[in-house]
Amino acid sequence: MKIQLIKIAHARSGDKGDTANIGLIALRPEYYEVLKEQVTAEIVKKHFGNMVKGEVVRYEMPNICALNFLLHNVLGGGGTMTLKHDAQGKTLSTALLRMEIEINPALIDKDL
Amino acid sequence: MKKCIRIASGQGYWGDRFDAPIDQVKEGPIDYLVMDYLAEVTMSIMQKQKARDPNAGYARDFIPLMRQLLPLLVEKKVTLITNAGGVNPVGCMIAIREMAEKMGLSGLKIAAAYGDDILSQLDTLLHSGNALKNMDTGEPLQKVRSRVSSANVYFGAIPVLEALQRGAQIIITGRVTDTGITLAPMIHEFGWSPDQWDLLAAGVIGGHILECGAQASGGNFLAGWKDVLNMHRIGFPIVEAYPDGHLVVTKHETLGGLVNEQTIKEQLVYELGDPREYITPDVTVDFTSIQLQQEGENRVRVFGVKGSPATDLYKVSISYSDGYTCVGHLTYAWPEALLKAQKADEIIRQRLQYLKLEFDEIYTEFLGYNACHGETAPPITDPNEVIFQIGVRGHNERALRLFANEIVPLVLTGPPTVTGFGGGRPRVREVIAYWPALLSKEMVTHKLLVIDVI
Repeated sequence: MKIQLIKIAHARSGDKGDTANIGLIALRPEYYEVLKEQVTAEIVKKHFGNMVKGEVVRYEMPNICALNFLLHNVLGGGGTMTLKHDAQGKTLSTALLRMEIEINPALIDKDL
Repeated sequence: MKKCIRIASGQGYWGDRFDAPIDQVKEGPIDYLVMDYLAEVTMSIMQKQKARDPNAGYARDFIPLMRQLLPLLVEKKVTLITNAGGVNPVGCMIAIREMAEKMGLSGLKIAAAYGDDILSQLDTLLHSGNALKNMDTGEPLQKVRSRVSSANVYFGAIPVLEALQRGAQIIITGRVTDTGITLAPMIHEFGWSPDQWDLLAAGVIGGHILECGAQASGGNFLAGWKDVLNMHRIGFPIVEAYPDGHLVVTKHETLGGLVNEQTIKEQLVYELGDPREYITPDVTVDFTSIQLQQEGENRVRVFGVKGSPATDLYKVSISYSDGYTCVGHLTYAWPEALLKAQKADEIIRQRLQYLKLEFDEIYTEFLGYNACHGETAPPITDPNEVIFQIGVRGHNERALRLFANEIVPLVLTGPPTVTGFGGGRPRVREVIAYWPALLSKEMVTHKLLVIDVI
């Protein structure tokens, strides 16, 4: 079945110059493998489309069941240069959590 | 040696909740209070203030805060470590000494740690072969040298450690890393040596958890923000540090907020690059080694942290002037709010062409429609209202000022049912761009001044 990432993960995003990072954290340890398998750098790049001008890099953090994504050239120059309302990419976290993924229904509660 | 020290975060950034540091000292036992004041833009503003007034150049509202805080720190024997000194830590220290004397406080040692400000040495450094290349683009600093407004090395824990060793209770620094101000008291109290990389790494993690204030204790907490109690008096995080390098993150019981594994995880990933190589002046930290365990209500144990040797380089934060921006807004109401806002955008762009005003960038967003999530969000068909935001960036200040004149006239000349122009013309702001570079540690010496309040 298809579900939105927000059902199985939480996240926080922030800026480093014109690059934003999104830490994507599994809500339960068993979801981490699902994230690792399906939320690849390529898929994330595609999800954000024209919003991300540069590349997307992914790092794995199995110790806290998280993936860290760097989205390059996503903040309109970043810092005080950017004309974007969300100058620090603070809301990119939930933009990623909109993404739909495929999950085995046995892994999730019925009430999700 | 103490069995445990309690280090409390008093502020996540300059402008954070003003009474948080006071609550941290009043509401329960702590040994150290750490407060971060500095961002890249801040240093540039402070340099300008110092150029106008040699006694200025530090965080001005640190002084009124200290009027309330200083007597409490003395009474409770809490040591304060803060980078509020900006580009004039000595000036800040002198102001605090005067205040302490007026208050009749005595037996107090105040330290200023500085030497990070390399603005006046830039040309010497450049001439002696340090190109200070931009870490992102590889370009030499010479390209923007004439427009540089501040240049600071990021020191680590060492200058703060020396101040602690000399008995200072109030330590005011310039550009010291957020993590260094938390690590220093652990090295001081537990006698960690400079090559105990795992221990130093644990201290840095403590710093990373504290550096954004309540973001580790229930603020901006996505996984469960509705469960966070008393956000109006949220408890900022406290790190209990132990000699073996394990930490417990907690908060004062009497205050609001929440500390659990999820709040800590969200803070651990904040502004993180490669998790295996978190580089600080003190140690390189492997974030994939961190283990978390809830060990009680609002208590999370942090352990297992691994570190590796620090690099031979300091990061340098250089700011330079790079033109101007101006951003204007108007609010359009139902019906056809989005269509009206889009028409307004078209008109402004036609006006800019007609007036032959050129910019490096013109950028439009529709707030309430696509500003935050852009194309990842499903389209809304008929919003109740939309805020039209248009911004320009360029180097011709006159063109920016003329742009600023173009927004409000749309109220009477453009699409109907428009409001939100009460602020008048939007401000033209200077762009302070950021130039990250590296510099050999040998090229810079930190300095320390400790004075007594008698």
